[in-house]
Amino acid sequence: MAQMNMVEAINLALREEMERDPDVILLGEDVGKEGGVFRVTEGLQQRFGENRSIDTPLAESGIVGCAFGMALLGLKPVAEIQFMGFLYPAYDQIISHVGRIRNRTRGVYSAPMVIRMPYGGGIHAPEHHSESTEALLAHTPGIKVVIPSSPADARGLLKSAIRDPDPVLFLEPKRIYRAIKEEVPEGEVLVPLGKARRVREGGDLTLVAWGAMVREAQKAAEELAGQGIEAEIIDPRSISPLDEAAIVESVKKTGRCVVVHEAPRTCGLGAEISALLMEQALLYLKAPVERVSGFDTVMPLPKGEHFYLPDLRRILRGARKVLEF
Amino acid sequence: MKISDCDPLQGRRLQVLSPEGKADPELLPEFDDESLRRIFGQLLMGRLFDRHCMALQREGRLGTYAPVEGQEACQVGSVLALAKGDWVVPSFRETMAAICRGVPLETIFRYWMGSEEGSRIPRELRFLPVSIPVGSHTLHAAGMAMAIQYKGEADAVLCYFGDGATSEGDFHEALTFAGVRRAPVVFFCQNNGWAISVPRSKQCAAASLAAKGVGYGFPGIQIDGNDPFAAYLATRTALERARSGEGPTLIEAVTYRLGPHTTSDDPLRYRENAEVEKMRALEPLVRYRQFLKQRGLWSEAWENELAASHQARIEDAARRAESAPPPTPESVFDSMFAALPAHLARQRSELLDALKEG
Repeated sequence: MAQMNMVEAINLALREEMERDPDVILLGEDVGKEGGVFRVTEGLQQRFGENRSIDTPLAESGIVGCAFGMALLGLKPVAEIQFMGFLYPAYDQIISHVGRIRNRTRGVYSAPMVIRMPYGGGIHAPEHHSESTEALLAHTPGIKVVIPSSPADARGLLKSAIRDPDPVLFLEPKRIYRAIKEEVPEGEVLVPLGKARRVREGGDLTLVAWGAMVREAQKAAEELAGQGIEAEIIDPRSISPLDEAAIVESVKKTGRCVVVHEAPRTCGLGAEISALLMEQALLYLKAPVERVSGFDTVMPLPKGEHFYLPDLRRILRGARKVLEF
Repeated sequence: MKISDCDPLQGRRLQVLSPEGKADPELLPEFDDESLRRIFGQLLMGRLFDRHCMALQREGRLGTYAPVEGQEACQVGSVLALAKGDWVVPSFRETMAAICRGVPLETIFRYWMGSEEGSRIPRELRFLPVSIPVGSHTLHAAGMAMAIQYKGEADAVLCYFGDGATSEGDFHEALTFAGVRRAPVVFFCQNNGWAISVPRSKQCAAASLAAKGVGYGFPGIQIDGNDPFAAYLATRTALERARSGEGPTLIEAVTYRLGPHTTSDDPLRYRENAEVEKMRALEPLVRYRQFLKQRGLWSEAWENELAASHQARIEDAARRAESAPPPTPESVFDSMFAALPAHLARQRSELLDALKEG
């Protein structure tokens, strides 16, 4: 096993899957010769040729719509959208076609495809490069939405996503693309979609976080541990489908829950998880579920983004609120 | 000059200044010496401002920046053709056009330094803020032109975008709408050869981008984008067409991006340095300097003096931008709506409380 960051781990997953299955094809803006603007697809065009790592014209709807057409004929396209902020021209394809085809044709057709994209803030990027509109996707029927929070998970989840018989949107938290290194296995080690990871064990409260927010939650848990409070951290790893059982089980044990996400609050996943706990764990709750989230505002430009992103201070505040209720 | 004289379907390209700086006397616009020198001053200002942004970025004092080096002539020439009442709809590489239109240097710096204040461009300048999503703003230009038409005003709209944008669906919708409505808009494509790492040849199989106008029912014209006079003439003619109710024009200015796509990009990964070096000889400043020299309007001392005065202005603006107060937490919320809705007011005070607690 080698130490890898998330970029390297995703690259490994792509390489392994392309070697395993000649129907796996990459396409997107700058994925080929340049190896992607974040170097995630580096070296793959050299290895597999221009017909399997396709530099496309600058057209997101074109990328996703054509990937859909390829998937209809049995290929396994892995499309890259350069930043989540540029997804929206392709969103029409996703909601109007990609997510509906299996149901609409009663299973005659399906779209086994993956759409990868870096998302989220915290890297001082320009406008439209830091959004985290994950809830739009989780709200879209017929697609799965996967978000890794560590290199090993990224590799294992992406391999599962590529092998999944249905469309998967794979959101890569670019803030931690290179911030974490860990041992990443090679070969047939898959991480199943829709299964949460218990990042930390604790009995006093549950922090639910995904993507780059897992690391923030870990910082908060360390701080709380110093005060004798043990926080459990659950990373759902897929926000659609959501591992409801893992979240409910943890909150039944701790009685308190803080959901941390960097996406805007209203109609965000925090609201979904809060409703879930109302339905399935009401009598175990010792405090209302707290949401620490981004705001219902435009993501600020670099000079103001620290106000927007949940940080240690805001997570601790949320934790105190549920502990002192 | 007539647009139809330069039919892109017949492979014609408008050029007034040859790469050696020789002007076609038939086409050379009637500028006096002072105006001819002023054009050089603007080209030079663009170059120096751009280089200063690149330098500040490397020092960590400015965020990601999209350099304009090599494309100055397209922007200087086209802005020169505008009337005061015309609107400019830029993408994100129109720094030079912004400067020529009078957007304060400090404002431009503030945008790239990561502050919303950099998009606070006075409405009187009729210059929209930077548009990062590629190609989507071409529709805004079409809509603005439709509004001008509806109100019976005499203005026109000039919309800039790159070759990559012509692949986006919105570009096609913009040309469709503008063509159908005969809206007073000029679509100005700065074909700089590369959409990040993808060359023009892999962006579209058509022989020319200018010819696309024909498919939407209006003329296209291909020009030498490193020639400020060609940019001026084509834009002026297209604006006249727009104002006289004849509808839109598509201009394809063939230029070259000498620098990276942005400061986050490394062009050495996908293009040969030899190509860049070849294009350096054709870049607008070199060509225009030759032109002035041949007319006895240029001297090294004059250029040095000009550069020093531009540089002082640039550095002063950069200093002011850097010492501007940082955004307040309230600023995250307060411009979202005309009146702050209750849920945002709650989120705002929540953030303020959290910051107060420390």
